[in-house]
Amino acid sequence: MTSIPRPLLRLEHISLSFKGVKAITDIGFEVAEGEICALIGPNGAGKSALLNVINGVYQPQQGQVSFDGEVRRHMQPHHAARRGIARTFQNIALFKGMSVLDNVLTGRTLKTHSSWIEQALRIGRAAAQETRQREYAEKVIEFLRIQPWRNTLVGQLPYGLQKRVELARALAAEPRLLLLDEPMAGMNQQEKHEMSQFILDTNREFGTTVVLIEHDIGVVMGLSHHVVVLDYGKKIADGSPDEVRCNPEVITAYLGTKH
Amino acid sequence: MSFFFEVLLGGVLSGVMYSLIAIGFVLIYKASGVFNFAQGSMVLFAALTFVSLLERHVPFWLAFVATLLVMLLLALLIERLVLRHLLHRSPMTLFMATLGLSYVIEGGAQALWGAQVHGLDLGIADEPFTLAGLMLSQFDLFAAAIALSLVIVLSLLFNRTRVGLSLRAVADDPLAALAIGIRLQRMWVLVWAVAGFVGLVAGLLWGARLGVQFSLSLIVLKALPVLIIGGFTSIAGAIVGGLIIGASEKLAEVYVGPILGGGIENWFPYVLALLFLLIRPAGLFGEAAIERV
Amino acid sequence: MFYLESGQFSTSYRQDQRIFRLWQARLALVLLLAAAYTVVPWLGSDYLFSAILIPFLVLSLAGVGLNLLTGYAGQLSLGSAAFMAVGAFATYNFLLRLPGLPLLDGFLLGGLSAVPVGLVFGLPSLRIKGFYLLVSTLAAQFFIEWLFTQVPWFANNSSSGVISAPALVILGHHFNTPRGSYLLTLSIVLPLVLLAKNLVRGQLGRNWMAVRDMDTAAAVIGIPITRTKLLAFAISSFLLGIAGALWAFTYLGTVEPHGFDLNLSFQILFIIIIGGMGSILGNFLGAAFIVLLPILLSIISSAWLGDWIQAGQLENLQKILFGCLIIVFLIKEPEGLAKLWNTLRARAHGWPLSYWN
Repeated sequence: MTSIPRPLLRLEHISLSFKGVKAITDIGFEVAEGEICALIGPNGAGKSALLNVINGVYQPQQGQVSFDGEVRRHMQPHHAARRGIARTFQNIALFKGMSVLDNVLTGRTLKTHSSWIEQALRIGRAAAQETRQREYAEKVIEFLRIQPWRNTLVGQLPYGLQKRVELARALAAEPRLLLLDEPMAGMNQQEKHEMSQFILDTNREFGTTVVLIEHDIGVVMGLSHHVVVLDYGKKIADGSPDEVRCNPEVITAYLGTKH
Repeated sequence: MSFFFEVLLGGVLSGVMYSLIAIGFVLIYKASGVFNFAQGSMVLFAALTFVSLLERHVPFWLAFVATLLVMLLLALLIERLVLRHLLHRSPMTLFMATLGLSYVIEGGAQALWGAQVHGLDLGIADEPFTLAGLMLSQFDLFAAAIALSLVIVLSLLFNRTRVGLSLRAVADDPLAALAIGIRLQRMWVLVWAVAGFVGLVAGLLWGARLGVQFSLSLIVLKALPVLIIGGFTSIAGAIVGGLIIGASEKLAEVYVGPILGGGIENWFPYVLALLFLLIRPAGLFGEAAIERV
Repeated sequence: MFYLESGQFSTSYRQDQRIFRLWQARLALVLLLAAAYTVVPWLGSDYLFSAILIPFLVLSLAGVGLNLLTGYAGQLSLGSAAFMAVGAFATYNFLLRLPGLPLLDGFLLGGLSAVPVGLVFGLPSLRIKGFYLLVSTLAAQFFIEWLFTQVPWFANNSSSGVISAPALVILGHHFNTPRGSYLLTLSIVLPLVLLAKNLVRGQLGRNWMAVRDMDTAAAVIGIPITRTKLLAFAISSFLLGIAGALWAFTYLGTVEPHGFDLNLSFQILFIIIIGGMGSILGNFLGAAFIVLLPILLSIISSAWLGDWIQAGQLENLQKILFGCLIIVFLIKEPEGLAKLWNTLRARAHGWPLSYWN
């Protein structure tokens, strides 16, 4: 790993529990700017919970999160969004009543600088802003190749396309950090390949730092610069894909021990 | 001081009447996840049918059974024509469907039986009755006894029988219930029929008190604050909620009313329920909704 | 075939974002507006204005108001009539107590008065979701009705509690005739609907729909939930307030609390259900439906059935019919007449090709 002056994201001693059930115990790691970091581990290891902590959906009982130099333990999700963190969800959190274009446009909400009064009267910055947001949204739509479904209701799209739209919405916000929760769940080999390519392109073209949760080890090894392994809410490995692959504890966690 | 207790007790007992309406709501909500706005019109319809039969010199118990059969028929029709087609729709859609249903049932009831007020005599004199120095209404006590027995019977039904278990399963997840072989339609007809029965009982008691007339269906609006305080899924909660609303309504009318002018019982239960919600968004006994992202 | 779209491609996003993208639609709009302002006033009867067009326009505006709150922002409300009442009484009182206040300013102030009321009863939406929110708007409905009945000051201490609407005068011109009221109503409703349409196709409209569809996700992408919800209540109340003032001044002719009861709230909810939630056009279609159906029914019944059905029964039949229609719409076409209209238009585009689009 090349040394970076200051990591974009740093978690320190994060512990999270729900009514006595410990989801995460004393986890800490760093993510450098511009890298793709994968969070892997068996089901129930606390990966989604960790993502939720990073963007403020869950508040940890202990520990702190530093993002871009700002340290905090408690943060509201919309504050995280304002700081430049965007994410997708395991169970697709798209707005089912709106079209693809509108969904992607909602991702532009923090970049829109016109008041509702201006919008109502269509004066001042409103019309120009609307056009500008449309331009950027179309850029993202083109990047993810979902133009043909621009005006389709997302609820009518197949699962794989919905996942792409969700990624588009996240990208529309021009995030510095992108959190992806199982972006390839339920996809076939070809779709996984396409999605991996999109994630790689996002990282290379826009310089977006990515933290993703993924179960397919092949994808993880090929895609990421940095891998963090969780098991039962604890971190059991942290390093480059090759280092992690050979780690005996990781092997034990996934495959069990020889008796 | 004893005046205060009289008012309180009177309110509590009349609150029981609200609970009866609320129980009908809870039943349907518990078993089909639908907030049945038509419950009030069902009460009206049941009461009107019964009273009209009585007026045509049909004996009491025969009229009762006949009305029950009519409510069963109504439940069948509702399931067949409405519920079946709205199987996987949003709660808001279902609620609005019951709104439409309430219009149909109200219009139908009045088209069939006319719009006049009918008196109803259940044979229980509304005479005062003194207990420990407090004046209580015999009628209210009777209503309370009925309500209590209903609650016991229904709780037993829901918690101790196979049918009750199936009903709870259906409410929780209709698809899963279907998958394990529960006959959804049958369950729904059953629960709407039971709600109709409860509605009939409530209608009779309210009708005896107020006369059987159109405004009966507006009582349903009072049930909403009851449900909010007691939770939408608890029969016991419906009772407690009813008592609280009844008591506070009476107390407010007597003590706060003169300051603000009359008629505050129209909105007071709502404001009370609203304040309650702000403190406990799921009601006293209700289940908090858990949203997973 | 009726409606060729070919060759009409937008060459800029600005073009694509127009409300009426096709020249045929723009032409139709111009013709419709011209007719509304020239042909209709010239040829229309008093009955047409007072019994059909004015309630149609006012109810459309009320529908737009409720639709913003319930259809777009997803906050269920049964208190629409209460906000209308606030607008009506406020307008009346402003015009009464500030002599010389122009009529239009009175309407504006009436609408603005409904805003704080809407905000107060909308605050609970920040903590409560779904059905429970009904309680708040129902509380508004009953409380406001009680308030205006109870406090005589609002009705200028009139003994009967019912006040007649004052004369409608703008810059010396009288608008009290049916024709005049119609033109006045038209000129107030149309710009307001345009404002609503602009809002709805902009960022705020999308934020509303996001909050409606999944507010947890909306928060995560940075939409300010509190502000978005409260704006919905505020703007909705404003429109409903003005609709209420119009309802009292140009339609009913009187300002009384029981003219704004729960029944009216239900009517407006039905308008948006039948017309289409989440649509602006739908409100006009729904309002037309609600206004025309009773009239149609009584015409049919007197033409075909003579005196067989008396007036009281007619009302019951109307109720049954309305209820059935609501249910049928919810089952068959949950997105209402607006969706039906769009489907028909799409078919007209592609006719005679049945698989087009």
